[in-house]
Amino acid sequence: MKDKILEVSAIENGTVIDHIPPKAFFKVIAILRLEKLDNQMTLGTNLDSKKLGKKAIVKLSDIFFPDKDINKIALVAPQAKLNIIKNYDVVEKRVVEIPDDIVGIVKCMNPKCITNSEKIVTRFKVVSKKEVTLKCLYCEKITDQDNMEVI
Amino acid sequence: MKNKSLVSITDFSKSDYLKILDLAESYERKPVSELLTGKVIATLFFEPSTRTRLSFESAVNRMGGRIIGFSDSSSSSVTKGETLYDTINVVSNYCDLIVMRHPLEGSARFASEIATVPVINAGDGANQHPTQTLLDLYSIKKTQGKLDDLTLFMVGDLKYGRTVHSLLMAMSQFNTTFHFISPEELKMPEEYKILLRTLGLKYHEHKDYTDIITEADIIYMTRVQKERFSDPIEYERTKNAYVLKNKMLTHTKENLKILHPLPRVNEIDQDVDVNPKAYYFTQVLNGVYIRQAIISSILGLC
Ligand SMILES: [Zn+2]
Repeated sequence: MKDKILEVSAIENGTVIDHIPPKAFFKVIAILRLEKLDNQMTLGTNLDSKKLGKKAIVKLSDIFFPDKDINKIALVAPQAKLNIIKNYDVVEKRVVEIPDDIVGIVKCMNPKCITNSEKIVTRFKVVSKKEVTLKCLYCEKITDQDNMEVI
Repeated sequence: MKNKSLVSITDFSKSDYLKILDLAESYERKPVSELLTGKVIATLFFEPSTRTRLSFESAVNRMGGRIIGFSDSSSSSVTKGETLYDTINVVSNYCDLIVMRHPLEGSARFASEIATVPVINAGDGANQHPTQTLLDLYSIKKTQGKLDDLTLFMVGDLKYGRTVHSLLMAMSQFNTTFHFISPEELKMPEEYKILLRTLGLKYHEHKDYTDIITEADIIYMTRVQKERFSDPIEYERTKNAYVLKNKMLTHTKENLKILHPLPRVNEIDQDVDVNPKAYYFTQVLNGVYIRQAIISSILGLC
């Protein structure tokens, strides 16, 4: 019953990120640095979903992300849907899109990579968007979806 | 090329390679000069590699430059826990160019971002070793008189061997036909084959030596390393299956040359050494000329 209330509770202005897979929930929070914000937020996970079985949802009052920021979550939640809310109405629906370059979010999976031993902001080129595959600009090795660890 | 770091073979263009090869030729004719008078080159070897370091230091000395640095990290402040970031920042103040070798992959790229002077990568873990590749190109050009339209065989560990990957990238710009001879578990990775397909270049894969090697202009041999195998018996079997022997070269082309980045283990039988087609020892000497060419190009002195 509580879930029901959370799902329908509306925000006046802001962003709703829906269809987040529950296993990506905390990563999405981390990627968007939500802990740094003072805005009102409603966060829910393991909610019933017809499409995903279970899903997570994030409702953020008075927050509108630039594309380049919100697209970062596509790494962990490529099927996430965005609803932009103005005056309790959905004024825009968007999907997230994996960017061409990933800066400072993902850890390089190569234990012998310099980025894992010095204080370096990681940088990757996205070599495949379908099965997300990243190429480290330092060690030139591949980090794939299964081994992707969000910093 | 002036002031540009050389971290990966892809940092330089085809015309850069050709310029460096021409320059190396001129150093081969006249190795000694005073081009580097007043210049200080730092050779930072965070892991020992005597062969590579001596080649660089010989190149600098022949052009009258000075060398500072260390030959392994135990004799430097690195053992006191200094970060690479700090070492590079400090050393940048002392020299005109940094040559570095480091066990971690990506270290040279990182150093080139921090350093106020250009950086030459002399090997970053299993990643890149571009001066080796330029030296391989030089050896090929010198022995074949050209780089275009050659048939290049690569033999041994084609999966992990960084030298074959870099050489493939470089030679893929010269309409090369490739042949890969390797055990199943050490095959050329898919990403390089995709690159060749994209460029419309021909490549053929083989599990053993066959008469096909009579088509070769160059046979590039690599070490098959024990640590790549989980099964020691498999290693022994593989190691012996890929040994190149003199009698196998009987019907090969006149112009064929056999290259190997050295040191070898047993993959080239010693009986090949007397064959004029064996080129691996001369290849080492070419390394000095090519490094003279790289250093002087990057310092803008030629
Ligand atoms: Zn890396």
